[in-house]
Amino acid sequence: MKVLIPGALRSYTKAREVEASGATLAALLADLDRRYPGLRFRMIDEQDGIRPHVRFFVNGEQALDLARPLRPGDALYIVQALSGG
Amino acid sequence: MARTTKKPAARTRRPTASAKRARRSPPARDVLVLVATRKGAFLYRGDAGRRRWRTDGPHFLGHVINHLVLDPRDGGTLLAAAKTGHLGPTIFRSTDRGRSWKEAARPPAFPKAPEGETGRVVDHTFWLTPGHPSEPNAWYAGTSPHGLFRSEDGGVTWQPIAGLNDNPQYREWMGGPQDGTPDGPKLHSIIVDPRDCAHLYLGMSSGGVHESRDGGRSWTPIVRGLEVVEGFDAANLAFHDPHCVRLCPSNPDRLYQQNHCGIYRLDRPSSEWLRIGKSMLKRVGDVGFPMVVHPRDSDTAWVFPMDGTTVWPRTSPGGVPGIHATRNGGETWQRLAAGLPEGQAWWTVKRQAMTADSRDPVGLYFGTTSGELWMSRDEGKRWSCIARHLPEIYAVEAAEA
Repeated sequence: MKVLIPGALRSYTKAREVEASGATLAALLADLDRRYPGLRFRMIDEQDGIRPHVRFFVNGEQALDLARPLRPGDALYIVQALSGG
Repeated sequence: MARTTKKPAARTRRPTASAKRARRSPPARDVLVLVATRKGAFLYRGDAGRRRWRTDGPHFLGHVINHLVLDPRDGGTLLAAAKTGHLGPTIFRSTDRGRSWKEAARPPAFPKAPEGETGRVVDHTFWLTPGHPSEPNAWYAGTSPHGLFRSEDGGVTWQPIAGLNDNPQYREWMGGPQDGTPDGPKLHSIIVDPRDCAHLYLGMSSGGVHESRDGGRSWTPIVRGLEVVEGFDAANLAFHDPHCVRLCPSNPDRLYQQNHCGIYRLDRPSSEWLRIGKSMLKRVGDVGFPMVVHPRDSDTAWVFPMDGTTVWPRTSPGGVPGIHATRNGGETWQRLAAGLPEGQAWWTVKRQAMTADSRDPVGLYFGTTSGELWMSRDEGKRWSCIARHLPEIYAVEAAEA
């Protein structure tokens, strides 16, 4: 599945777009972390909460739950809600 | 022969104070000043004379770096406590003094809460302390909200210390994320007794000062003698706000503390702090963030007072910055400001942002909230600016190599 990586996380992937797989958003993020160690914890806290300024969009629709099912042809966009100064 | 023509006077001249000092002290080594800022980390490499400084940085541009610490046990490992405004916290680690960095495999994080319960989340790591020399890979980290963590592999993986983090009484004193300082509660001033790796001290803003004699499994408050904001009950530890606690390397039974409510000294085995800031000038007061101790003289310490009146501007009092030093354990204080701005300087110095090297005379360093790095080569008598126009400085550490 195609995953679009925001600029702040490209130090991990070295690419704007990467491939990862998983039947749910949680599984896909686990796969991303296997490929790019440390990436998940910058987006998901230790209680499995999505961090305040991180947003996930599956096929253009916001996913608020890590249990959100995914299909092989889906596209995941990871977006940072830029804020602060 | 040249050897026999030497004038006798040259051999019999009494050694000068500086010559005596030179004989006492090891050869001068280069100084490395580690600066953590709101927008990245900077390393300043000074020569042996501490006169020329080479800038190395920024590292992690855009990251909030709360603390950058060199391991004195190996002289090469650096840990940086980092996060950004948009990403979660992490620890970066270098084993070659900042030439390359690698992220911790498991940064400090609270355990996952059981289903249906609300768990705690580390917002950022605030404080880093290398462990005892007998435990070469041990490190401690203090976080916001309050959490104490330990690494046994040089900072690669971190485990929570349940003896503090999960103690119900301590949980009550710690409060929640809304308590503590404006930027969140801070667990700081983690101190390892140089004589005993299991004897630890720490401070919680707010939550008081505590010690453990069993490596962190159990903790005892040490707050007797400390004042709290007027009208509040000093018996409730939640009202205690130690800003910075330091142990004297030359006398590990003596600690100094800059508190929200004054400057204090503690001489063990007593557990009662003595307020030594009352002898500061009344118009300056004894409120501040940092506390620095002399590496070889436990009667000498330095503070940077700030304005703690009205709404707590937290700036230099009257816009006139000045370090204050005691040479007698806090009986008297002397203002040391030669070279510093004489007015309209509305910055302050945060609790990790002032430090000393171990040279003779001691070099002092501080970083300001307005992004200036200042140093003194003579224990505070004269100050000069190493760098300007940096981001807001959160921490300054000095190391030697």
